[in-house]
Amino acid sequence: MLQLDPVIWFFVLGLAAGVARADLRLPAAIYEFVSTVLLLSIGLKGGVELARDTGGLPAVELGGILLLGFLLPLPAFAVARRIGRLSRADAASLAAHYGSVSVGTFAVVVSYLTARGISFEGRAPVWVVLLEVPAILAGIVLARGLQGDVAWGRLLRELFLGRSIVLLLGGLAIGWLAGPEGTTSIQPLFFDLFKGILALFLLEMGLIAAAHLPTLRRHGLFITIFGVLTPLVFAVVGALLGRALGLSLGGAIVLATLAASASYIAAPAAIRTAVPEANPALSLTASLAVTFPFNIIVGIPLYERLATALAG
Amino acid sequence: MEHFPRRLLTIVTEALLERELLAEFEALGVRGYTITDARGKGGRGTRQSDWAQEGNVRIEIVCEPALAERVAARLRERYYDHYAMILYLQDVSVLRPDKF
Repeated sequence: MLQLDPVIWFFVLGLAAGVARADLRLPAAIYEFVSTVLLLSIGLKGGVELARDTGGLPAVELGGILLLGFLLPLPAFAVARRIGRLSRADAASLAAHYGSVSVGTFAVVVSYLTARGISFEGRAPVWVVLLEVPAILAGIVLARGLQGDVAWGRLLRELFLGRSIVLLLGGLAIGWLAGPEGTTSIQPLFFDLFKGILALFLLEMGLIAAAHLPTLRRHGLFITIFGVLTPLVFAVVGALLGRALGLSLGGAIVLATLAASASYIAAPAAIRTAVPEANPALSLTASLAVTFPFNIIVGIPLYERLATALAG
Repeated sequence: MEHFPRRLLTIVTEALLERELLAEFEALGVRGYTITDARGKGGRGTRQSDWAQEGNVRIEIVCEPALAERVAARLRERYYDHYAMILYLQDVSVLRPDKF
């Protein structure tokens, strides 16, 4: 019997229902609501932890993680260009997606660690915020060059005011200001229901991933292999960085998972407007239909073993 | 009742472009528009509206024929190559010409 977290089965259900073309659709508003609650929950939880321990935000750690975000796209770009023989725009788009992070995957690793009683740094949501944008900027520079015709002002504004960043940072701030006692009144929705909300989110993600499977068949082998191998390699980089920064075991697993995850919200939106000639289906399909399922089903338990082995 | 001729420009395109297009309209002097979420099938495959990320929008603008032509030309020049976009023009009649 597979020992999967029940929330993962909801993803499998969504995937199966989508593939079978079952009569199952969640309205867009539900997806928006569920992901909003998820982002706020993660932020609030981190904020409460930050209020509890006064470890603060070590500058070296923040700098190291920011640098990771800028550097991860480079090997991804090189592989996509040389081995995948993709156009410069497509390779850069893929690099931006894989350097950036997926909040959904983060929510799953948080749920995984909590279920196993493995603690991790309360400031982990800050890492998500730090890792989201740099890779997208790096990807755009890879596609356009530094002199490229990019409306940077508008782009940066849209990136930093994107939903995930605003809600994660907003949640963190509220959790930190309110503290452990202050948040008890909102605990039922944001903390107690977390798993149920995550299950609904994953059901929808399964449906969305299924909708991208036909594209996967068209684009074939390279992005499938790329979508599995890139997270494995990046997880090692993330786990090593976690160890170098002196993170806890849980923290190293989170960082490995974040490095392994690929963006499917912020990166596609930014790349679509800044690098319009890149094929949007290519990167999104790799990220959604290959890497996201791989990470939440197979990857996270592997990254736990990896981080444990490195710590031992 | 007196009728006044105007042009109805309908654009169906990627929801991601919405904000950028509204800025274009503003610059071109469009005074009003109506936007609805849309889904359907076209040259770029099926586009669903259940996920905002990949949804489509339908934008309708009623205005003077010359302005409709200017907007259409601008969109064709700037967006047709790389984005999922169709647009079409129709003759319509309005009752309050000063509004359009």
